[in-house]
Amino acid sequence: MRNYLDFEAPIKELNEQIQKLKDSAVKTGVNVENAVQELEKALIAKTEDLYKNMDPWQRVQLSRHPDRPYALEYIEAMTEGTWIELHGDRTVKDDKAMIGGFGLLNGESVMFIGQQKGANTKMRQYRNFGMANPEGYRKALRLMRLAEKFNKPIVTLIDTPGAFPGLEAEERGQGEAIARNLFEMMRLKVPVICIIIGEGASGGALGIGIGDRVLMMENTWYSVISPESCSSILWRSWDYKVTAASALKLTAEDMKWNGLIDGIIREPLGGAHANHEQAISILKDVIQSTIADLRKNSNDELVKQRIEKFCAMGKYVEA
Amino acid sequence: MSWFKRMKKGITTQNQEKKEIPEGLWYQCPECKHVMTSDQHAENDWLCEKCDYHEKITSLNYFSILFDENQFSEVAAHLISGDPLEFTDTKAYKDRIKTTINKSGLKDALRVGFGNIEGEKAVVACMDFGFIGGSMGSVVGEKFARGVDKAIEENCPFICISKSGGARMMEAGFSLMQMAKTSAKLTQLADHQLPYVSFLTDPTTGGVTASFAMLGDINIAEPKALIGFAGPRVVKETIGKDLPEGFQSSEFVLEHGFLDYIVNRKELKQKLALSLKQMKAKS
Ligand SMILES: [Zn+2]
Repeated sequence: MRNYLDFEAPIKELNEQIQKLKDSAVKTGVNVENAVQELEKALIAKTEDLYKNMDPWQRVQLSRHPDRPYALEYIEAMTEGTWIELHGDRTVKDDKAMIGGFGLLNGESVMFIGQQKGANTKMRQYRNFGMANPEGYRKALRLMRLAEKFNKPIVTLIDTPGAFPGLEAEERGQGEAIARNLFEMMRLKVPVICIIIGEGASGGALGIGIGDRVLMMENTWYSVISPESCSSILWRSWDYKVTAASALKLTAEDMKWNGLIDGIIREPLGGAHANHEQAISILKDVIQSTIADLRKNSNDELVKQRIEKFCAMGKYVEA
Repeated sequence: MSWFKRMKKGITTQNQEKKEIPEGLWYQCPECKHVMTSDQHAENDWLCEKCDYHEKITSLNYFSILFDENQFSEVAAHLISGDPLEFTDTKAYKDRIKTTINKSGLKDALRVGFGNIEGEKAVVACMDFGFIGGSMGSVVGEKFARGVDKAIEENCPFICISKSGGARMMEAGFSLMQMAKTSAKLTQLADHQLPYVSFLTDPTTGGVTASFAMLGDINIAEPKALIGFAGPRVVKETIGKDLPEGFQSSEFVLEHGFLDYIVNRKELKQKLALSLKQMKAKS
């Protein structure tokens, strides 16, 4: 069963009509092929139309769509059975909200790291809703250093509502863990590609987000705070999340326009959740071509350009 | 001594608001309620003479404590905030900036000074909580960057005094990327083998903690400062119970291994100078 967001209602309706026709054809033996084709055409037109006029708050909702593929699904599918998950930060424990390990991408070994969300209530808790503790960021850094040692490219898949704001997270230095990653990722002497595949919330996202190419999938968001929290802090009410989503300029298009990311990855018609297979194949192609592109530079050049890129970010007035 | 007059005026306003003591000639410690004159308080480095309570002070106050003879030149003093996203919440960001500049006499939430500390050159960047809660936007990031450049140019240490609520939401993505930018600049400083001391004061939270404030070659703090990533209210909501006594205080953060030492403001200059001397690379 597919899940539908409120604004996906027209898509739901058409999908249900198509299913009903097909079911009745099975029962009655009547040929419905033409009618189904008409409806499918209408479905494509409706979906295109809907997705053309998506507002920022709708993009935020899509980034959290329950049917959206999560990091593990992308990684396992792209590496076709060659992914081996590596666990633990070697200090405290294994953080289930942060995953990592090598996998082969058409024969080439790549270090994949990502935040992982769960698909049902039990798994959501197991994955802590994709909110990593300090040990998650430290595991990520350990694995990135491992990749660097053997000159393997690094791909991070970002999908988090934020770093976990818990008591133990504070005790174990959440701030230091993220800060350390920012500093060390700047200097990794291998190609680093960071891709927002869902939610890119604040320091928790940036903690695995320093790369030579930072890319956002079409229906994702990336900003310093979620629209809900922004609404509650700046408007002192939870009712301004739609306004806040617009004000924060958090969509892929806005982030690209402001020069804060390097590119946008198009999603299948109707979003990644509507066609996992195609979303995976698009992502794989992008990662492969981006690695090939980055490999044209020496690793020292990559580090220098990476640092210069982030140093140039910011807009101010020389009064 | 113009900075001194300004500081006295600041305290006047504070006391007038409380309407407890007339004319602002007095300072009352919020911790132990001890009363002293504002002049005595300032001469005591803005500490309570009875309980040592460290009052929140400005960048100019810190510079007067640290720089020899209070002599320093400012770096990138002219930078002010743009409005990159044309952000409006209950008020337009542009107007908020204008009002804050006029009210506070500050240009933004970071001031960078270059001078001598016990005879040795140093760049000191210091946050001002009075400017939108010491929040980090593009100007803070760029001034930090130019401070690091100045330290590299002068071949001297870089010190940053943090006092911040975290990111400046009205600059959204730009604000977030200042965490990356300041960290990137610190890799350049490290490449030149120049010391970076992060000095954390009350309060240091959010994106500042999760970037440059925790990246010192040594991290030091004032006593009893609030230091954390998530604010205490958020942590309390997450765990659904009251926080333990002293949670996220300097002493707590030291105990958990993220600070090198805590220093009383009265000993700050001497101890900092000694640390810098100890770290100075052998040429
Ligand atoms: Zn006192």
